[in-house]
Amino acid sequence: MPFRWNPELTAMDVTPEIFFQQRRQFIQQSALLGAGVALGGIAPAVSLAEPGEPLTNVQKGVVTLDEPVTPFKDASSYTNFYELGSGKEEPARYGDRLQTDPWHVVIEGEVNRPGRWSLADLLKPHPLEERVYRLRCVEAWSMVIPWIGFPLKGLLERFEPTAKARYVAFETIHDPSRLPGQAQNMLDWPYREGLRLDEALHPLTILAVGMYGRVLPNQNGAPLRLVVPWKYGFKSIKSIVRITLTENQPPTSWNQQAPTEYGFYANVNPAVDHPRWDQSKERRIGEFLRRPTLPFNGYQTQVASLYQGMDLSKNF
Amino acid sequence: MQIPQPVWLLLGLSPLARLIQSGISGGLGANPIEYIIRFSGDWALWLLLISLSISPIARLPGCRGVIRLRRLAGLFCFFYATLHLCSYLVLDKYFDWFDIGRDLRKRPYITVGFSTFLLLLPLAVTSSKGWIKRLGRHWGTLHTLVYPAAILAICHYFLMTKADWRLPALHALLLALLLGWRWRRNIFSPLPG
Ligand code: HEM
Repeated sequence: MPFRWNPELTAMDVTPEIFFQQRRQFIQQSALLGAGVALGGIAPAVSLAEPGEPLTNVQKGVVTLDEPVTPFKDASSYTNFYELGSGKEEPARYGDRLQTDPWHVVIEGEVNRPGRWSLADLLKPHPLEERVYRLRCVEAWSMVIPWIGFPLKGLLERFEPTAKARYVAFETIHDPSRLPGQAQNMLDWPYREGLRLDEALHPLTILAVGMYGRVLPNQNGAPLRLVVPWKYGFKSIKSIVRITLTENQPPTSWNQQAPTEYGFYANVNPAVDHPRWDQSKERRIGEFLRRPTLPFNGYQTQVASLYQGMDLSKNF
Repeated sequence: MQIPQPVWLLLGLSPLARLIQSGISGGLGANPIEYIIRFSGDWALWLLLISLSISPIARLPGCRGVIRLRRLAGLFCFFYATLHLCSYLVLDKYFDWFDIGRDLRKRPYITVGFSTFLLLLPLAVTSSKGWIKRLGRHWGTLHTLVYPAAILAICHYFLMTKADWRLPALHALLLALLLGWRWRRNIFSPLPG
């Protein structure tokens, strides 16, 4: 039952290897945490491993795909992450400007248990899974990426959304003194994205901490990013520091920048055209001929019901 | 400072040589087709701006000689624009005329880029001595098309840009300076520089 969140799991059952990897930090921080560690006897909440370090204790094959995986080199060198620069290769070049440790995530808004969490505490109860998804960028290129993460649903339910919650808003770290792109007025920083609550709770929607068996490289959105495989890549917000449950549809960055080009939903849709890119086809990185783009990026049977009765050419 | 013509010829071909060398050594990145299109587009634009810089430079003391490079720069601009167009037609679209036609109608940056190319085409064709003679005083009139072509090339650049306007804006500024210089001169002389 890979899609079900199991509230019976305890931290001990599921604490992924990721927390044990940085022994030095472990020792340093457990000295600080002192009493806490002695008390709990559970895996101490230390920080995530360094980008690029292997992740173990990952349940493999939770979602697979019968298409060749994009080489890691391409997936980690050809990225859009405007915080680190607007070119495709700049994010990899300036990746070390992003400091992922320490990292905290604020959960707030329409939840019964708001708070600010260290990354380790946030991740602790969630067993890691590998899921191979297609990634379709709005720029009409695509990749196949083996993500490592866990369903967003489990995390949201932990913080108990109230009856008023209808949307989930996400925010990327804002650090213009370090992140070169944020020193420019390209977007209205910080980067914001959002989902309708039912989209956020869909079993395909995950938070990722790794890819290709390793901790996420910074340019791919370390230490924590969203992955929504049936939407254009810009929805899958990177380096998340805030998750807010809201009653009203939250503002989202590319939609604010060019509302006629980028919708709130941004579902992959070959029938909805874009003034710059022919959305009916895509270039899979590594292939020569463009291939047809599939509705909902090929996840139609799983997600089309979320949009029943909606005019998807208007709600693009 | 008389540098022989073949040297300029080699210099003009050197970006292409670098592109081929990067291609052979696997240096075109994860999306080589995009790389080639952008590389050739950049050089077409840069050579267009270089062509337009030559007349102002030739007015500087001791620089008259550079004027003979204007034609070569213009032809190399057209050479890289053709490479750019062919990369799009062959590598990006692989002769999918239906998709190409749809791009031309629905993608403003493609419409504008193609119009730019159509403006450059007669300039390249009529660049030979024979055509200069044949067209006489009309030659200069025809070649004022380079100004709308340059403006359209900048528009093309803006239209393909998503959010980071710094580079297209920098090129627009350079073009504005080059056109501004001519506008001031034209107060005294109606001949196109
Ligand atoms: C002949 C018709 C043309 C077509 C079909 C065309 C098509 C394209 C395409 C597909 C791109 C890349 C867009 C992307 O990667 O997102 C591009 C970029 C560009 N093109 Fe063109 N183009 C044409 C003519 C021209 C001409 C005549 C010039 C200049 C004289 C030019 C200059 C540029 C520049 C500067 C870029 C941006 C390169 C960069 O981002 O570094 N294009 N064009």
